[in-house]
Amino acid sequence: MNSRRRILEVMRTVLAIAIALGLALVAVFFVSKNPGEALSYFLIGPVNSVRHVGNVIELMIPLVFTGLSVAVMFSAKQFNLGSEGGFFIGAITASAIAIKLGLPPIFHPIVAIGAGGLAGMIFCGIPGILKVKWGSSELVSSLMFNYIALFFGLWLINYFLRDVNAGAMVSYSFSKSALLPKLFAGTRVSVGFIAAVAFVVLSVLLMFRTRWGYQIRVTGVNGNFARYSGIGTGRVVIYSQLIGGLLAGIGGSIETLGMYTRFSWQSLPGYGMDGVIVAILARNNPLYVPVAAFFLAYLRIGADLMSRYSDVPNELVALIQGVMIILIAASSFLSKYRHRLVYEEATRLEAIPGGGLK
Amino acid sequence: MNEFFKAVINAEFGYSVLRVTTPILFATLGALISDKAGVMNIALEGIMLVSALAGVVFSAWTGSAGMGLLAAIAAGALVGLALAYCALNLKTDIILSGVAINLMASGGTVFLLYLVAGDKGISSSLHSKILPKLDIPGLSAIPGLGTIFSGQNVLTYVAFLSVIAIAIFLYRTPMGLRIRAVGENPNAADSVGISVKRTRYLAIVLSGVLAGMGGAYMSMGYVSWFSKNMTAGRGFIALAAEAMGGATPLGSVLTSLLFGFFDALSNTLQLLKIPSEFVNMIPYAATVVGLVTYTIRKTSRERALLARGVSAEAAKGKGA
Repeated sequence: MNSRRRILEVMRTVLAIAIALGLALVAVFFVSKNPGEALSYFLIGPVNSVRHVGNVIELMIPLVFTGLSVAVMFSAKQFNLGSEGGFFIGAITASAIAIKLGLPPIFHPIVAIGAGGLAGMIFCGIPGILKVKWGSSELVSSLMFNYIALFFGLWLINYFLRDVNAGAMVSYSFSKSALLPKLFAGTRVSVGFIAAVAFVVLSVLLMFRTRWGYQIRVTGVNGNFARYSGIGTGRVVIYSQLIGGLLAGIGGSIETLGMYTRFSWQSLPGYGMDGVIVAILARNNPLYVPVAAFFLAYLRIGADLMSRYSDVPNELVALIQGVMIILIAASSFLSKYRHRLVYEEATRLEAIPGGGLK
Repeated sequence: MNEFFKAVINAEFGYSVLRVTTPILFATLGALISDKAGVMNIALEGIMLVSALAGVVFSAWTGSAGMGLLAAIAAGALVGLALAYCALNLKTDIILSGVAINLMASGGTVFLLYLVAGDKGISSSLHSKILPKLDIPGLSAIPGLGTIFSGQNVLTYVAFLSVIAIAIFLYRTPMGLRIRAVGENPNAADSVGISVKRTRYLAIVLSGVLAGMGGAYMSMGYVSWFSKNMTAGRGFIALAAEAMGGATPLGSVLTSLLFGFFDALSNTLQLLKIPSEFVNMIPYAATVVGLVTYTIRKTSRERALLARGVSAEAAKGKGA
């Protein structure tokens, strides 16, 4: 892709976001009695105090992990929506280890996060294996497994780890040694932020600098081509789902140990589905995942502040997300310009003696 | 164990199987009709949710359950139209379009519910209506059978009659033939002058209408209110049911009944001393087991055909 086409892709994304936000603003004007105030909370609220900026970064961390997870799985053209369950199961596993095992400080969270990652990996691998072996739709099976993960996880918490003296449906407290230390005073941002940055770098290296990453991308773009050029696409599909699950599980573990002192979710937290939005915004490119995650986190925190201090419910974000996904994934959105660029490029190459493409 | 059989083997349980099968059956028929046109409609879940809300809101505003039903059907058709526009005009991947619509439906219904009912969880402040139950004269007098089949919600009968209507539509009308042709081979259909786009539009909108009726049943029959994410994955279970039913009307009814059975089982077993988490898991676990069993059988049949020398292309059916 040459630079002009890359610019066009960026333009497409920006325009899609602008249209989605524009629609949301119209909705606010219809719904709110004081739209100016509501909008200022929505758009400026997330940066008007250190605590709010902290909230954005806190929310960004799980979104980076599930965004990476979905990006890797979707890169192999597998619509595995198991990041949601993988994140949840990872969080449960990490909680169990944080409660039950007694380990020295630095090792404890590492073991817990590693185990959580492994749990997520197995979880997302199953739909991949079922798809490769028998052609069972990974989309349907992963959605069903998400519900199974939810109920299985709740059973583990309620029957083995529940603190009956806590007054609510929560687990025992995690050992102090398992908690992730905070990174910035005055916020809840933990060292998980550094881990998120590290995993972005690792994912970029994996996808663009290793044979595995190359095979995943080729399989995703054209499965037949990959097969004819000798890539075992079945194996590629499975390990891409395993890696995606690993990332989701690690994300769930870090979220739990970085943000909470007990396990308290009674339903799926939704970060896996948010990961789909992040991955689509980032065009499945791990390098853009942090940008997309930041943007989504900003929208969410803005919407939360707006619904807290004005009369517009925060579910407004759902409208923005849906329109963004559709427009960004729409191949005919601004396609005229793309065709023209491709055509110009082709005629320019033809004009070079010998064709220019070697 | 004894308690288990007592809970399952009786006419009331049969009644509740039909009751919980109804929304799954509507959605499965919706999945069937779009699949026949070669479109995987994963937005069924979101369509049902939107229609469920539309039914409650409009029946409360107009004071008429019938108007609520009409609004739910119209809402289903509109969301179907939106899906078709995204997939066929904007050329967004159909699965991503479906994901987007499901996300919008899940948040958007809560948004609207808050504006209309002032609550983010449930519509209890609205005085919405419910669709009537029908006592079938004669049938209701027969013990056992009467308990199972009579006194169901009017939409339950509509659902089972729709199966016949859709079978006739798909296999006995020119439009149905066109839909199937477009699904089997769009290029061939196009070459004999069938508009692939228009046919798919029709199939997706019909799919939305069916899911819309399923949504109306959820909030105006199954229960008498709308609550957040009340469809609880039924739209996705329907996709599995349709695939397992071999993409036929009869197969769709049988698999819907199977999943309805497990759904009813999970409702009934709430009363026994089994951890509720496992009971809640039953419908989803049954769906995965069903889907995988079906695909294992299908691939082994294909392999057997291959071994007998039938070409790979001929043996390979459509993916599940």
